Amino acid sequence: MLSSVVHSQNSPPSLPLQWPSPWPTRAQHASRPAIGALTPLLPVGSGSPLATSAPRCPRTWFLSRGFCRVLLPASFPLWHLSHRSLLNSPVFLLLLLPQILAGQWERGGHGRASDWSSHTGAGQDVGRSCILVSIAGKNVMLDCGMHMGFSDDRRFPDFSYITRSGRLTDFLDCVIISHFHLDHCGALPYFSEMVGYDGPIYMTQPTQAICPILLEDYRKIAVDKKGEANFFTSQMIKDCMKKVVAVHLHQTVQVDDELEIKAYYAGHVLGAAMFQIKVGSESVVYTGDYNMTPDRHLGAAWIDKCRPSLLITESTYATTIRDSKRCRERDFLKKVHETVERGGKVLIPVFALGRAQELCILLETFWERMDLKAPIYFSTGLTEKANHYYKLFIPWTNQKIRKTFVQRNMFEFKHIKAFDRAFADSPGPMVVFATPGMLHAGQSLQIFRKWAGNEKNMVIMPGYCVQGTVGHKILSGQRKLEMEGRQVLEVKMQVEYMSFSAHADAKGIMQLVGQAEPENVLLVHGEAKKMEFLKQKIEQEFRVNCYMPANGETVTLPTSPSIPVGISLGLLKREMAQGLLPDAKKPRLLHGTLIMKDSNFRLVSSEQALKELGLAEHQLRFTCRVHLHDTRKEQEMAMRVYNHLKSVLKDHCVQHLPDGSVTVESILVQAAAHSEDPGTKVLLVSWTYQDEELGSYLTSLLKKGLPQAS
Amino acid sequence: MAAHLKKRVYEEFTKVVQQQEEVATKKLRMTKPSKSAALHIDLCKATSPADALQYLLQFARKPVEAESVEGVVRILLEHYYKENDPSVRLKIASLLGLLSKTAGFSPDCIMDDAINILQNEKSHQVLAQLLDTLLAIGTKLPENQAIQMRLVDVACKHLTDTSHGVRNKCLQLLGNLGSLEKNVTKDAEGLAVRDVQKIIGDYFNDQDPRVRTAAIKAMLQLHERGLKLHQTIYNQACKLLSDDYEQVRSAAVQLIWVVSQLYPESIVPIPSSNEEIRLVDDAFGKICHMVSDGSWMVRVQAAKLLGSMEQVSSHFLEQTLDKKLMSDLRRKRTAHERAKELYSSGEFSSGRKWGDDAPKEEIDTGAVNLIESGACGAFVHGLEDEMYEVRIAAVEALCMLAQSSPSFAEKCLDFLVDMFNDEIEEVRLQSIHTMRKISNNITLREDQLDTVLAVLEDSSRDIREALHELLCCTNVSTKEGIHLALVELLKNLTKYPTDRDSIWKCLKFLGSRHPTLVLPLVPELLSTHPFFDTAEPDMDDPAYIAVLVLIFNAAKTCPTMPALFSDHTFRHYAYLRDSLSHLVPALRLPGRKLVSSGLSPNITPHEDPSHQFLQQSLERVYSLQHLDPQGTQELLEFTIRDLQRLGELQSELAGVADFSATYLRCQLLLIKIMEETYKMEFMYSGVENKSVVDPLFGMCEKFLQEVDFFQRCFIADLPHLQDSFVDRLLDLMPRLMTSKPAEVVKILQAMLRQSTFLHLPLPEQIHKASATIIEPAGESDNPLRFTSGLVVALDVDATLEHVQDPQNTVKVQVLYPDGQAQMIHPKPADFRNPGPGRHRLITQVFLSHTAWTEPCQVEVRLLLAYNSSSRIPKSPWIEGGEMSPQVETGIEGTIPFSKSVKVYIMPKPARR
Repeated sequence: MLSSVVHSQNSPPSLPLQWPSPWPTRAQHASRPAIGALTPLLPVGSGSPLATSAPRCPRTWFLSRGFCRVLLPASFPLWHLSHRSLLNSPVFLLLLLPQILAGQWERGGHGRASDWSSHTGAGQDVGRSCILVSIAGKNVMLDCGMHMGFSDDRRFPDFSYITRSGRLTDFLDCVIISHFHLDHCGALPYFSEMVGYDGPIYMTQPTQAICPILLEDYRKIAVDKKGEANFFTSQMIKDCMKKVVAVHLHQTVQVDDELEIKAYYAGHVLGAAMFQIKVGSESVVYTGDYNMTPDRHLGAAWIDKCRPSLLITESTYATTIRDSKRCRERDFLKKVHETVERGGKVLIPVFALGRAQELCILLETFWERMDLKAPIYFSTGLTEKANHYYKLFIPWTNQKIRKTFVQRNMFEFKHIKAFDRAFADSPGPMVVFATPGMLHAGQSLQIFRKWAGNEKNMVIMPGYCVQGTVGHKILSGQRKLEMEGRQVLEVKMQVEYMSFSAHADAKGIMQLVGQAEPENVLLVHGEAKKMEFLKQKIEQEFRVNCYMPANGETVTLPTSPSIPVGISLGLLKREMAQGLLPDAKKPRLLHGTLIMKDSNFRLVSSEQALKELGLAEHQLRFTCRVHLHDTRKEQEMAMRVYNHLKSVLKDHCVQHLPDGSVTVESILVQAAAHSEDPGTKVLLVSWTYQDEELGSYLTSLLKKGLPQAS
Repeated sequence: MAAHLKKRVYEEFTKVVQQQEEVATKKLRMTKPSKSAALHIDLCKATSPADALQYLLQFARKPVEAESVEGVVRILLEHYYKENDPSVRLKIASLLGLLSKTAGFSPDCIMDDAINILQNEKSHQVLAQLLDTLLAIGTKLPENQAIQMRLVDVACKHLTDTSHGVRNKCLQLLGNLGSLEKNVTKDAEGLAVRDVQKIIGDYFNDQDPRVRTAAIKAMLQLHERGLKLHQTIYNQACKLLSDDYEQVRSAAVQLIWVVSQLYPESIVPIPSSNEEIRLVDDAFGKICHMVSDGSWMVRVQAAKLLGSMEQVSSHFLEQTLDKKLMSDLRRKRTAHERAKELYSSGEFSSGRKWGDDAPKEEIDTGAVNLIESGACGAFVHGLEDEMYEVRIAAVEALCMLAQSSPSFAEKCLDFLVDMFNDEIEEVRLQSIHTMRKISNNITLREDQLDTVLAVLEDSSRDIREALHELLCCTNVSTKEGIHLALVELLKNLTKYPTDRDSIWKCLKFLGSRHPTLVLPLVPELLSTHPFFDTAEPDMDDPAYIAVLVLIFNAAKTCPTMPALFSDHTFRHYAYLRDSLSHLVPALRLPGRKLVSSGLSPNITPHEDPSHQFLQQSLERVYSLQHLDPQGTQELLEFTIRDLQRLGELQSELAGVADFSATYLRCQLLLIKIMEETYKMEFMYSGVENKSVVDPLFGMCEKFLQEVDFFQRCFIADLPHLQDSFVDRLLDLMPRLMTSKPAEVVKILQAMLRQSTFLHLPLPEQIHKASATIIEPAGESDNPLRFTSGLVVALDVDATLEHVQDPQNTVKVQVLYPDGQAQMIHPKPADFRNPGPGRHRLITQVFLSHTAWTEPCQVEVRLLLAYNSSSRIPKSPWIEGGEMSPQVETGIEGTIPFSKSVKVYIMPKPARR
């Protein structure tokens, strides 16, 4: 009964810039038929590349929350477009496929996946953070750390991984250092001066200030104490720091025309930052080390809902949920207080920066609050220098310090004084912070030997101790220690362990992922076994892909970038005027033509597209014959059709033309007698492609027959 | 620029002068037309929009009377139609809104015009302003249903505007005027009743965050106006919790809270499972989740609201304190749990060992839920937050929830105790107060008490005092606990001797709450020995007094305790009972005759002997018939002395006793005045009659006037004054009116001598305002040196008792040795309110003087300022009568109400 014919008027069917409506052809009563169809040429949604699946029909054109965007899978294949016989369509430029490449690597031979746990395992992971991200053609190096455990070539990353030939400067667009810990910046002078890199190095101002002090200290130990050759020199550190560009929090730095970076607060240590790296619509957030719970001197990490394509997060505590910090602080203070009240001495071995300042603040405020008089000492000159910077970078500290520094800078310690060797023998209670943290050498060990014999005294280990150090021995309960020279030291003093860690725990990591809403997550800086758990949780709860590459491994992520398409204002207004306001809940359809020219996309009206491309318009008409059993005359028949349509389609302009045909908008209905059967009349219904909706509705209406004349 | 400004200032100045001239013409009844006419002329004169705007701005500065509003509105509207510049139209629209708010003006007449111009307006800003005007009109006419419906209609029509400002205003209008009753009777105009909630709800998904916020706010506004929100809103609001904008999230949290309070018991399904839970629990979980939001404003909001969700089931409530610790995928116990375990196993206070917190059992990886689906750990996060505002809100919420749920109170104790170590004092203080409020529900474990007591060494007085208050109402479980508390309090006493009173008070309550726990401690505390007599402790040692206060208060309800006392303890009791009667209760001691021994322990205040004594002595005075100089004066003097002493002994009667004594002193003075007058009259010769008589006429007249006025004013209170001087005076009024001055004096004299005392009915609770300056202590011998001409800041710290409205009444006075006095008004923020009826003033006083040769003392004292007129208008009797000029100008003055403290200062001459 129903037959459709494509009337193609002198044109080859090769250029249907517009397809028939994908809109369901369900008849819509008394309402304007849906605004035809546009058609994004390209499928939308679905993050997976469509190359392998059958091409699906083009879908919706989004007009929500004020902007339009066409989503395009990155690996959209060319053949898919050609399949749609678009090859002889206008100028068509294939998009550069953006890919994000990320991986951790280190020196060959140790970078294999199987080796991962041997270096990063054993609960302590100090390092070698060094990640290369290649994002939409830009190469960025994140952190440039060294490994504390090695003293040979293996301590630095193998930069030959980046490029075998050519200079690093040509290959890398920039280097970003997240914070001043040596496992994140230790290899920087080696990398920039000895391997050779002249591009910009970005870091925050506190990092820029403190980093050279630590590097110099590290160099001194390596060269002066251990006598290593082929190490970077003081001059190299200085030269390297000259290449540094300081960034402020939340400042967007334009590295070049396309690449921009932005720093977010990360807690952890003074000046630690998370970085967002952005090229076009692609972005990566690298967290460095961060802390989601505030401590006595720093605030918590914070990021806005920046929805990066990829979030690279540390996962040191992937399988731990920590207790509230307050209990530990309280315990610590109580122990110190009790010992001091008893007249004992307290030794706290610390690493020079980071936790030491937190403990200082903690004790300082406690002393102030409780009005205690016992002296507190802090050893080493390195810390003094660093403390100076802590005083300067008040905006990077926590709320309390920021609010009160006008009255008094909390880092201007009233109760904490510099330590002198002679003080160790003076009587009476005191508290001493001394380096290094594991009691393996230096001042802390000297003091320990002096005080160990008295049970009134106490040593508090605030961090982890490596096996073999004195710190580890006493923590595991050894009471008799063999010192050099066959001396036996009996430890009578109390030994306490108090862990203050500044990394985010599993909940904190999840919280950050929740805040940033990334499309993919990549876990670094942790143990494989633990990361596996977290990976599973992230995939389960956020439904995003999660990766955990081993050292030296490369991860390639397909992304679904949003591609901005310009729309002419005239077209937008015209289409808007046809309906009510865009309703955010429903996608809206627009008529238009997508033109891809050079590397920009434009949505224009079809007339303009034709004009621009110099093409003639082709009209597409569907024609359909409806056979109706009716013995009356054609004229009469046409009149009845007219009346019928007029009564049904109240909102449309139905006209009865003098030549006997009926038009509804652009649809033409003609009645003719059947050539063979005079009792049957044939209604010829013809409509343009644009009115497909109404046309098909009309045919189905007419097919049902006309109502009996009353 | 400066020149321009100057010019403008000058212009404005000249304008002001012109206005005054206008005001002067007011007498001619020309104001009404002139006001609108002047405006009209001004607006017509204006050549440019900027000019017109200037005129309008000027016009807006002066108020318009209700009767001329309409005329002005017409002029404005007329100009509005002609005006092309949107900024001028905007100003006119805002003026219309302002004018329609004028009291006494009914704005329904301008509504039609406003709606009319709204329809033709193109500028979005002006549209928004016009809608604002309509809102003002609508709120002015809350009864008129038709107008409200019409306005709602207009708002609905403009909801589709493209500008967020217009949509915002429309939503605001809907929220404020949307009809409350579902079935409004069919209106004459036939406007369909719209479902306002649905319309507003549709805009929860608007593309502009400001509009989304406005929509939620409008919904909240509907709720505030008493419209019951539909439950369907809940799901919509839940979706908004993950909005990108903080103000939307913040408002959404409020909305969820509102809905959860409306439909606490309805059941909602848990997504991705078949289970269902109560709505209030679901909402609780969702708000808990917002405690870890990215924006601290939202976190504060969420934490605050949690406190008021009392219907939530205890299962959910307790989750908020549980974070499910783990380490390397193994379950770990929290420090709190460990502490509890240690305590219950009897091994208290062990040293921390390496690996003490080693995790124990393995965790099923599948079961761990890292993103809390429910309330898990919300308070743990809230209390650890980096912003102290969030922490305070969390502590407050904990407090409110714990007050309604004893089991939760028990659980949150550990967390509150931890907050005692917060870095911000405000938070510490807040958590101590919170603990005090919930202390009825809890008993402190020993380890918790230990932590609480550690804070006693805090150098902040506020904290220590709050902690003493807390200890007053804490329950302790063991005798070791009591001992610990006593030891720590004594330590506190030696470190901060100024805390003496507060510590004694604290021990008083500690003793009376735990008599059985104190009993076994008594021999140890008093260091008595079964065989040997021990040395008698020093009676003036505050620490010893503290111990005795504890013991005596415990002994009050523990009759076996006095048997353990040694002889000197009894002696000390007698002394303390007398000197510190407010701290030491009356005891029934064997072999001692004490007044209280015969009485039952639960005596009502009226049967209390001291109260009886007070009554008796007052009645004795009142029974005096005549103001006979000699005997009366003596009796009065004795009574006053007795009363004062009574006030010192019985703190609860101090107010009444002091008040009565003061009253009697007034009487005494009156008697003395009379006596002195007779002396003047009869002892001296040569007093010219004329000099006395002339003013007498005037005085008499005035006196009669006053009596007359008095009678009118106090007509309602007259029955109270029966048989008194006043009563008789009024009786004699007709006679007085006709008499000559000399006779008046005679009559009055006779009457005065015959009149009895006015019996003053004493209210139950009279409190005397008092103040004690704690700092400066006035003991320092080191003068405060400063350069003359400059200032030196002196910290003043004082406690005020029973002062009403201290912010306005309490002043600090500094008296310099040269007689110069300086009055300082402390800032309102300097007053804190630690408890009912008590205030604490911590302020700085700035001293300055010219150079002295030697250090000298200045006196610092506190004054209570009063204003007699400030009290009078409150009394009901003034309403009727017109005020006499005397009453109108209230007498202002100050009363010193603290002992003065001397401060040694030394202004040095400035070195050149």
